[in-house]
Amino acid sequence: MMSSVRRLPRILRFFAAVFFCGVSAGVPAERASIVIQSTTSTANSGLYDYLLPLFEEAHGIKVNVVAVGTGQAIRNAMRGDGDVLLVHAELDEKQFVADGWGVERFDLMFNDFVLVGPAADPAGLQRADSVSEALKRISLSGVFFASRGDDSGTHKKELALWRSAGIDPSGASGDWYRETGSGMGATLNVAVGMNAYCLTDRATWISFANKQGLKVLYEDDPPLFNQYGITLVDSRKHPHVNAKAGQAFVDWMTGEVGQTAIANFRRSGQQLFFPNASP
Amino acid sequence: MQELSSSFAIALSLIGTLDADLFEIVGLSLRVSLSAVGLSLLIGLPVGAAIAIGRFPGRFSLIVISNSLMGMPPVVVGLLVYLALSRAGPFGVLGLLYTPTAMVIAQTLLITPIIIALARQTIEDLNSEYAEYFASLAIGSGHRVVTLLWEGRYSLLTVGLAGFGRAISEVGAVMIVGGNIDHLTRVMTTAIALETSKGDLELAMALGIILMLLALAVNVLLFFIRPTERFGKKSAPASY
Repeated sequence: MMSSVRRLPRILRFFAAVFFCGVSAGVPAERASIVIQSTTSTANSGLYDYLLPLFEEAHGIKVNVVAVGTGQAIRNAMRGDGDVLLVHAELDEKQFVADGWGVERFDLMFNDFVLVGPAADPAGLQRADSVSEALKRISLSGVFFASRGDDSGTHKKELALWRSAGIDPSGASGDWYRETGSGMGATLNVAVGMNAYCLTDRATWISFANKQGLKVLYEDDPPLFNQYGITLVDSRKHPHVNAKAGQAFVDWMTGEVGQTAIANFRRSGQQLFFPNASP
Repeated sequence: MQELSSSFAIALSLIGTLDADLFEIVGLSLRVSLSAVGLSLLIGLPVGAAIAIGRFPGRFSLIVISNSLMGMPPVVVGLLVYLALSRAGPFGVLGLLYTPTAMVIAQTLLITPIIIALARQTIEDLNSEYAEYFASLAIGSGHRVVTLLWEGRYSLLTVGLAGFGRAISEVGAVMIVGGNIDHLTRVMTTAIALETSKGDLELAMALGIILMLLALAVNVLLFFIRPTERFGKKSAPASY
């Protein structure tokens, strides 16, 4: 009986400790900070790990990156859950600005998409003369194609490519056309598992560590161009947006220092992003 | 499966070299999930006890609802909390989205039904064991709740552990409301999801191994809170 009383403080102490943890978890950061709603490729490739310390050092502004698909990033930004939007779907970005959610969209950098697939290339993509022909070969061969299926920038691009090839893959959904509804990396993991073809941005592909039997089978074609843009969320729509810090970030990224830094970023000795902001 | 052995090697070297990023992530995981468990116990134990011994209209519905909510998918809880805390949502002005606090809120919502449902069952069983004793002393229900919570504390500790296990292992809710922001809201499970999406399966698995070691450590720690000698459960409750 006595021992049970003696044990009381120990349990109470445990909960007190737990509680203190909860309180300290709520303490906000002291420095000015912004949230970027971002596409995943820039985060997964390590670009931010390289760029952000340079910016944070120069401006004393903490940058928090939420990396999701382009579609989700745009919707999150519309809800006011970010200060800056950095994605790759030019038309949607321009619509975002036209609808008043963003101040102005700037070209930031580009790279390109590639079609990857099983090294044996059963559909013969390597013999294709155009991306449309490559896609036709996939649809005719019936070899699996792993699609993002998640309204991301890459997914929008893929759908546009199917459209210009005059093919509607949606009828084959669940058959050879497999929509993962997941991020680029998760979709590549699926493609690896199914020995499927897949459209991916080159940055994610180069930094992806689980390639196994997959390799690049179709590339270097103008329709595969991939443009990234950066937009400050409009504080007239969302007054809490840190416009000053967000503008400083946009200016830095599109300015000489940021553009040079983007060009200097390498992964496995390769340049992943090519700056093209207008001076 | 040779990846598994290299994952173990990576896990050991991460722990061995006291990797700063790893410790930050582990620390946040513990902070968030333990806080959520603490809050859930504060809410869930009294509610569970009240449902266990109370006789009031709607009691049966409460039992069914709390039992069903145990199966609530973390991603749904995450969505609900996201919609509530998003700037466009009803609590947007608080600016809590993408903070550890938002993650604590989500996990608290996720595990409180578990605490309520399991505590109710535990206390209900104990209550019927002590029914005669309570009747003989004509004890009020407030005193009864305190006595039952105290006498059932070791079973309730297991209830807390069940909640903790659910909290520390979920990824769906913290991913949405925390945003997996490096050095701010990245926890073990979101880090594992991230490394998996980068295709670095060995590092992802290594983090998984560390997460399991962490759960083991918490359980071992709590094991020592239990007394070495068990009191006879059949004896009369302590008269403190």
